[in-house]
Amino acid sequence: MSDVERREFTCVRCPMGCSLTVSLDDGVVTDVTGNGCPRGHAYGEHEATHPERVVTSLVRVAGDFRPVSVKTVSPVPKECVADVLAAVAATTVEPPVSIGDVLVPDVCGTGVDVVATRASA
Amino acid sequence: MRTTPCGHDDGSDVIVVGGGAAGLAAASAAASDGATVTLVEREGHLGGILQQCIHNGFGLHRFGEELTGPEYAARDARMVEADPSIRVLMDTSVLAVDGDDDAFDVTLVGPEVGMAHMSARSVVFACGSRERGRGAIGIAGSRPAGVYTAGSAQRLCNCDGALVGRRVVVLGSGDIGLIMARRMTWQGAHVLMVCELASEPGGLRRNIAQCLDDNSIPLHLSTTVTRVFGHDRLEAVEIADVDPRTLVPVPGTERRVECDTLLLSVGLIPENAVITATGAEIDQTTGGPAVDESLETSVPGVFVAGNELHVHDLVDFVSEEGGAAGHAAAAHALGDADRDAAPTWVRVTKGEGVGSLTPQRLRDPADEVTLRLRVRSRMTDAVISIMSGDAVVKRVRKRVVVPSEMQTVRLTPADLAPVTGDLVVSCSEREGVE
Ligand SMILES: Cc1cc2nc3c(=O)[nH]c(=O)nc-3n(C[C@H](O)[C@H](O)[C@H](O)COP(=O)(O)OP(=O)(O)OC[C@H]3O[C@@H](n4cnc5c(N)ncnc54)[C@H](O)[C@@H]3O)c2cc1C
Ligand code: SF4
Repeated sequence: MSDVERREFTCVRCPMGCSLTVSLDDGVVTDVTGNGCPRGHAYGEHEATHPERVVTSLVRVAGDFRPVSVKTVSPVPKECVADVLAAVAATTVEPPVSIGDVLVPDVCGTGVDVVATRASA
Repeated sequence: MRTTPCGHDDGSDVIVVGGGAAGLAAASAAASDGATVTLVEREGHLGGILQQCIHNGFGLHRFGEELTGPEYAARDARMVEADPSIRVLMDTSVLAVDGDDDAFDVTLVGPEVGMAHMSARSVVFACGSRERGRGAIGIAGSRPAGVYTAGSAQRLCNCDGALVGRRVVVLGSGDIGLIMARRMTWQGAHVLMVCELASEPGGLRRNIAQCLDDNSIPLHLSTTVTRVFGHDRLEAVEIADVDPRTLVPVPGTERRVECDTLLLSVGLIPENAVITATGAEIDQTTGGPAVDESLETSVPGVFVAGNELHVHDLVDFVSEEGGAAGHAAAAHALGDADRDAAPTWVRVTKGEGVGSLTPQRLRDPADEVTLRLRVRSRMTDAVISIMSGDAVVKRVRKRVVVPSEMQTVRLTPADLAPVTGDLVVSCSEREGVE
């Protein structure tokens, strides 16, 4: 017997916020229902198989109580979010920091860099 | 120019009060029209609230990419700082604006100018908004530490590097509360729940999904905080179900939740402390001044933009509005024949389904007009209609409208041609459609 599964998501592509039900068979999407338009189909398929998130957080700056804000330059797999946050939290950088400086290269082996989004003098 | 005993005076054509997204755009726009501009910002940084909004989701309309708040602010700040006709006064507060038309006397205080008066021909207010606090919603109990508005906790966390607590309850499901629920979780706190008085979440569904669902934070609708406990520090809150119609807590449903922090995310209101004293008429539904299509208030020469006018959800539109106010302020300051003509006022009023609306009147109903409005309730397959008497000026269909998303409707001179009298803007679901 194959492994049939149904999962629920909220589509975030527009303010309708349709409630999607995605059916999977052995990890392969067989059906998406509840979507108000084709974009929701694509979103449901993506969320069910390889969800990704941009992570934004803070990095400590040596000698300053004010942290700099950071982001992953592109989305990372959702299951890596906790590890990315831990890696960022463990980082302290030396000033000065400019917007766009790479503070954690290839974070957690995702191939994605963490860059500064705020400067520090 | 006029010199006063308590400070030197470098008058400007235009003074902009507030250096957030709206003020930065206003200053650049006025300078690009040839006006001399002074931008006054009370904090030590430009960008206003954007500096504490470190999540991404800013600038999709304007720049075609999703920036974080500080990145968006930096783009505008760089332009303003590089512009030789804009003088920026940091750490400086505007205390009062007196005078009228094109002879304003602006009182300000800051390290560079001391206590000073400065003259201006036009003033643009872009002071942003303030958060409603606990006083505005009346929670019983003691007054321990640990009760914060979501925005002040956000600032402490994201700008000052201080996590305000470890076990957190959030009251109110506005977007700031949702974003802070995720932020505090990501910074290592345990966010126990978000309580919402209404039967529908206040924030965008996107934020419910990505801030709460992603982090397994429960959302309790029709639930409120009725009491706080604790002497020095918050120890617990009492929550209760509310009747969805009357919003009154249901006796017997009270339960105690142990926590050290309560974040309030119960709405923003325009920051009108200074502008009110100019005598500008305030609209009770937006909470900001009433304006015409050039964003001029009832005091000629005083303009307003951004959250001080009408609380916005997208910064792109705040910048657009700031730019419009800056151009209009420059036109007023430098003398514009069109603006000198006697206006033919047309009132713009809210019809069915519309909760708040700007502008409230049109000066010249033959000009381009940008209407911004919030609906009263969620509607699907909705139509926004603008009527002038029996004549349809414009109808716009929307798949869905929600109170948390400001709607923008643009009217062209051709749309406005049939306008004979006051405009009524309404929004309803289409007949026969559920
Ligand atoms: C938590 C949160 C999340 C948001 N998320 C998004 C998002 O994802 N995407 C998006 O597009 N938009 C978002 N927004 C909305 C958008 O960021 C704001 O609407 C916009 O930045 C407001 O700009 P403003 O210039 O009107 O006000 P503000 O940024 O508040 O600027 C007002 C400035 O005026 C100064 N000031 C006030 N009074 C005086 C005075 N008397 N003298 C001198 N200076 C004064 C203040 O110090 C401040 O710097 C969010 C807003 C918040 C609060
Ligand atoms: S499925 Fe389509 S209509 Fe529904 S929320 Fe997603 S994008 Fe919007």
